[in-house]
Amino acid sequence: MEIRPILASLRKHRIPAMLIVLEIALACAVLCNAVFMIGQRLDDIGWPNAIDEQGISVVSVNGADPKLAASDIPRDLAALRGIAGVTAAAAATSMPLDRNPALSSFTTTPDGKTTVNTSIYFLGSGGEQALGLRLLEGRFFNADEYADSGFKDFNSTGHVMLVTQRDAQRLWPGQDALGKTLYTNGNSWTVVGVIADVLAQDPNFSGPGGRYSSVFFPLHPDGVMGDYVLRSAPQDRARVLREARRALGRLEVGAVVDGATYAGMRGDYFADARSMVWMLLLVCVVMLAVTAFGIVGLTSFWVGQRRRQIGIRRAVGATRSHILQYFQTENFLLGTAGVVLGMVLAFGINLYLMQSYEIARMPWYYLPVSAVAMWVLGQLSVLAPALRASNVPPVVATRSV
Amino acid sequence: MFGYYMDLALRSLKRHKVLTTLMVLSLALGIGACITTTTVLRLLSGDPLPQKSSQLFYAQVDPNAKEGYIAGQTEPPSTMTYVDAMFLLHAHRAKRQAAVALTSGKIAPQRANERPFYSDGVQTTADFFGLFGAPFEYGSGWTAADDEGGSQVIVIASFLNQKLFGGANSVGKTIRMNDHDFRIVGVLKPWSPQPRFYALDLGGHDYGGDGDAMFLPLKTAMDLKMGPQDIECYDSVTDVNNLAAAPCMWLGVWVELPDQAAVADYRTFLANYARQQVAQGRFSRDETALLDLMGWLRDQQVVPDDVRLQAGLAYGFLLICVLNTVGLLLAKCLRRSREIGVRRALGATRGAIFGQFMVEAGIVGLVGGLLGLGFAELGLFGIRHQPAEYASLAHLDLSMFVFTFVVALVASLIAGLLPAWRACAVAPAPQLKAS
Repeated sequence: MEIRPILASLRKHRIPAMLIVLEIALACAVLCNAVFMIGQRLDDIGWPNAIDEQGISVVSVNGADPKLAASDIPRDLAALRGIAGVTAAAAATSMPLDRNPALSSFTTTPDGKTTVNTSIYFLGSGGEQALGLRLLEGRFFNADEYADSGFKDFNSTGHVMLVTQRDAQRLWPGQDALGKTLYTNGNSWTVVGVIADVLAQDPNFSGPGGRYSSVFFPLHPDGVMGDYVLRSAPQDRARVLREARRALGRLEVGAVVDGATYAGMRGDYFADARSMVWMLLLVCVVMLAVTAFGIVGLTSFWVGQRRRQIGIRRAVGATRSHILQYFQTENFLLGTAGVVLGMVLAFGINLYLMQSYEIARMPWYYLPVSAVAMWVLGQLSVLAPALRASNVPPVVATRSV
Repeated sequence: MFGYYMDLALRSLKRHKVLTTLMVLSLALGIGACITTTTVLRLLSGDPLPQKSSQLFYAQVDPNAKEGYIAGQTEPPSTMTYVDAMFLLHAHRAKRQAAVALTSGKIAPQRANERPFYSDGVQTTADFFGLFGAPFEYGSGWTAADDEGGSQVIVIASFLNQKLFGGANSVGKTIRMNDHDFRIVGVLKPWSPQPRFYALDLGGHDYGGDGDAMFLPLKTAMDLKMGPQDIECYDSVTDVNNLAAAPCMWLGVWVELPDQAAVADYRTFLANYARQQVAQGRFSRDETALLDLMGWLRDQQVVPDDVRLQAGLAYGFLLICVLNTVGLLLAKCLRRSREIGVRRALGATRGAIFGQFMVEAGIVGLVGGLLGLGFAELGLFGIRHQPAEYASLAHLDLSMFVFTFVVALVASLIAGLLPAWRACAVAPAPQLKAS
């Protein structure tokens, strides 16, 4: 296809041509950044979490008398384990993604200066099974390792703990974490097991470094344990949760009992991210539609304006496919100019967003992918007017207007 | 003349129905997106106490260790220790002053066979209500003596009064919270500043809801070990339950300063206090801050990033829509070169042609604005059904209603400029010759 005549004709329609280029450029820039943001949100929503997310339900009991916890919690657990379908139940202080960050800082040496902030979880007996923690190294807690209540304020020493793999690497890079000791306030704890990565209570609050930074301690029944973790087959979840709430409502008369499946808790945590994804998707689709209609409108106008010229070309031997190719090539040229400008613009917008918001650098491949998308969009929208142009009969040339 | 242009414009718009629909639709979509996001943005960055915000200031000092401190660059932490807060309160250097922390408490039902429930509350000092202008339905706040004595008194919100007492005057009655009895001294009228500025960075919600349900004296809450929502410690803690002495920050301190002189005085007072604490060895940094309410909201970046991003996106989208409209208008007007030629030959001036096309663009804008308003209502309806905490607040108000048409008209007139200029530049002779 000869492009010189196309360029010559575009030079005659500078302003409409420039408008199409600008529109494609802007759409390309917005598309790049929006798709990148969608990708990031989807990444967040998909964070893995090494507990049995599909099988867990959580019933929280708040406002019970803490002095009675030592006898009430075993009683409640016995009732919960009696529910048909419950395979494990345990008390815990908090859950991953429950949005109540409980962080504590630890050091790896007794007089250590550099501290690591970690999400802390206290588990009652059977907590590893109820959560479905995945052991990578070492062992879970022994029955005699559950500590008394002074432990929850870190005022009791010599106990054991589990750390996540990510924390083990962060605290002791390149070394084996088993048998190592963590310190805070002059007290110390020994690592007996390394488990697969469990999310923090509030990963957005903890930041990228603390997302999978979690440690687990064994604790006897205590008033700080407000969550009962129930594990069952996923299909029993809803019924188990309903019966557990009813049972605890009867047992804990003075307390506020609430409950959710873990899948529901996870859904809640990422609800904002999900709604942002939908909003971005909607804007992208509408924006592309508007751009496409703009191209259709302007090209149709050009076709209408050039009916006579098209007729003449047909009369002197151009085939239909020549005419079709002419408009497609013209659109391809405009699209290319728009895409080049758009990629520069997209990169600039990303730089600006990086400065003003917590947004990462956009990987380079988003640019060519969006560029190809804009090209395809351009070609598709030009198709209808171009086909109409190719159907202009040669006889038009002979008619005087 | 204007009427004639209107007539011409309407005829021309009717002649090219598809093109007109495309223009109006594209403009309306852009405007709808813009108005939706601007409404949310405006709502979230609004002034929670318009009558008083300029007189309210948030005080900050910095008890953190020297490590990592860069003079003049490191901002002081957002909350205060009990020791510092009490010093500032007892100094009485401002017209009013209050320390604030958030809490939540289990409230026992008034009737048998109902379940207890949790409500959000504020632990604060006596000046809180006067300081923020919280209006009372019944009774009043508590006194400074209640603060000192740790009396078990409470002020409850209108909605809690409705829930517990059916809205009747409950002053003097007792409610049971966290298994302790509290005497009600006041009931507020519905009061829910948006954003809940006094709760920022204390661990509560920023937007939405009916506000806090109950207000009780700080000392009482401490005596009863009702921990605050958020504690941040800057040194190793031996007893986190002894909040009065622990090296932990958990209180926000607000002061009312009626004029510039008072503000300057208070700044000096705060700076002197920090320097004195450094001299005594309790502080290692003498950084202080005293931001006014709106400044504090900006500092805390209370508007979520997502909302600002959405607004930016919507404006980008509007720009694309306007470009699109320019293109379509231009196409339309160039197609009418012959008509313009005839009008010019019959004596219409360039200005008349220009006016005619601008009127046409304006009509597209107005119709686009009207349709855009519909899209904005649809968008806000969508936002109200989002999980965000501000969702329930998203409504179109009168000023945004007017703003919609201003945006629509300005956008369409800008879009019309280029086509109208091209139209009035059409030379009549060649157009006439061609036919």
